[in-house]
Amino acid sequence: MDELFGTLFGNTPLSQQIAYLQMELGSAIWETIYSTIVATFFSYVIGLPLGVILVTGEKGGVRPLPGWLMKVLNTVVNLLRSVPFLILMVMVIPLSRMIVGTSVGTTASIIPLICAAFPFVARLVEASLRETDKGILEAAQAMGCTPMQIIRKVMLPEALPSLLIGFTTAFITILSYGAMSGAIGGGGLGSLAINYGYQRQMYFILYVSVVILVVMVQVFQSLGTHFAVALDRRVTNKRSKSARKAHRGEKAGFQ
Amino acid sequence: MIELKHITKRFPTAEGEFTALNDVSLTIGDGDIFGIVGMSGAGKSTLVRCLNLLERPSEGQVVIDGEDLCAMSTKELTRRRRSISMIFQHFNLLMQRTCLDNICFPMEIAGKKGPEVKKKARELLDIVGLPDKADAYPAQLSGGQKQRIAIARALASDPKILLCDEATSALDPKTTRDILRLIQDINRRLGITVVIITHEMGVIEEICSHVAILDHGVLQETGTVEETFSNPKTEAGRRLVYPDGVVLDQLPTSHVIRIAFNGSSSYEPLIASLAMDCQVKVNILGADTRNVDGKAFGTMLLGLPEDAGERERAIQYIKNQPNVTMEEVHDYHG
Repeated sequence: MDELFGTLFGNTPLSQQIAYLQMELGSAIWETIYSTIVATFFSYVIGLPLGVILVTGEKGGVRPLPGWLMKVLNTVVNLLRSVPFLILMVMVIPLSRMIVGTSVGTTASIIPLICAAFPFVARLVEASLRETDKGILEAAQAMGCTPMQIIRKVMLPEALPSLLIGFTTAFITILSYGAMSGAIGGGGLGSLAINYGYQRQMYFILYVSVVILVVMVQVFQSLGTHFAVALDRRVTNKRSKSARKAHRGEKAGFQ
Repeated sequence: MIELKHITKRFPTAEGEFTALNDVSLTIGDGDIFGIVGMSGAGKSTLVRCLNLLERPSEGQVVIDGEDLCAMSTKELTRRRRSISMIFQHFNLLMQRTCLDNICFPMEIAGKKGPEVKKKARELLDIVGLPDKADAYPAQLSGGQKQRIAIARALASDPKILLCDEATSALDPKTTRDILRLIQDINRRLGITVVIITHEMGVIEEICSHVAILDHGVLQETGTVEETFSNPKTEAGRRLVYPDGVVLDQLPTSHVIRIAFNGSSSYEPLIASLAMDCQVKVNILGADTRNVDGKAFGTMLLGLPEDAGERERAIQYIKNQPNVTMEEVHDYHG
């Protein structure tokens, strides 16, 4: 019996694991939410304009930019997207030190998250904006819209439901990658799971951390989908969520 | 006045250059309803997009009220486009905005604000006959209703010119007629010059004052609708004016008339009554007619008998019919 318990929950007594949880869990959840929100925010600060430029700047776009510039932007995005997150985290340690003064802790782990997520966000935004009906863009041009007006008043509002779906995907991806940064000294649920659960073999803590992550993902995904559907004026009540879901498609994580 | 001067438009393609428009010159007078007709691929859509420089011609000038659009700066052109409205086959409404906000859109981008914008949008909703749809979203409307909203939006910028790119091609015949009536009404009431692109001769026949026939990027002929329809001078013109399926080369060389039904109650009794009332037997060489709201529209080619007296009786009889126009088909066999 004890053996089975040990295999399932680790050799540390359950009471002690619970004591650790009571001590650490609250701040771990907070750190995860904090780093995810801050990283998502800055990823969009960089990724949203970049995504807009990737669509509007290309040849035949709303505001074409020089071809070499578009090539550079695309290459940078692809490069950052192709570096595995674990390696990227190590690579940007000097950058973290420069910006936040340290390379360990929750705040420091936000920098690699942003570096990995903004190119992903840019691609998500790009994909959403490409769905804009070409006819609507043509109509806007015919009405005498400036490129900026087309972006602000036509492309972004028309793509809003799709952008929201993308936002949810980005948020969840950043949440799960934030957990990974526990491996190199970031905070949050990930570090709780790795430091206590894995390294000190307190499997109960591991399970709890993972279950909480799973629940958080479910909640955020449901919220995101709900708002995206509720805000979409193209679907009347008859055409239900299933149509939206089919439309959403598979989007891979940023690594 | 719109003047197109020697417009040529070439597109680069994989197989080399494709000439979509070849030296097209055209003058459209103020207040006209000008139809541009042609088969698909004739270059109509490219031509209408040259009028507001959505497509920049490779050569030639687009002169509107004496100003050459091609010579304008981007800024000037953007402002100029606000007086040239356009409606489309697929309506192109903003799907995430209500109908009222769609109509406000052109005023918004022109920098107008305040309650008078909404007030004007509501007036326009009245004009197009949908006052109760202010808060509806485009997805909740039928095709005809969407086009009405698009027309209201097009009028919001007080345009001088309205371009219609296959505006009725996605609509059923009844709705097509309603929308055409609305366009005609707007032309008369507001004096807006209307340019209509279509592949349907019926549309031209119904509301246009002038027509240009485009074929393979070349302007074949242009003139008033009556002139052009009664005596199409070119092969492309004849193909469009005469009903589908008529093999021109197999027609008799003379005594052929073309009749157009413009909403008479029905077309079949005409042929029957010709036989019964006038004892004239006519030969239907081709017909392209359709029934809209129980009224007949379309054209028919009839071969009249050899006998001059019978022929005269038939012509007189047809001429006396309401809502039917008739013209003789001239000998074009050379």
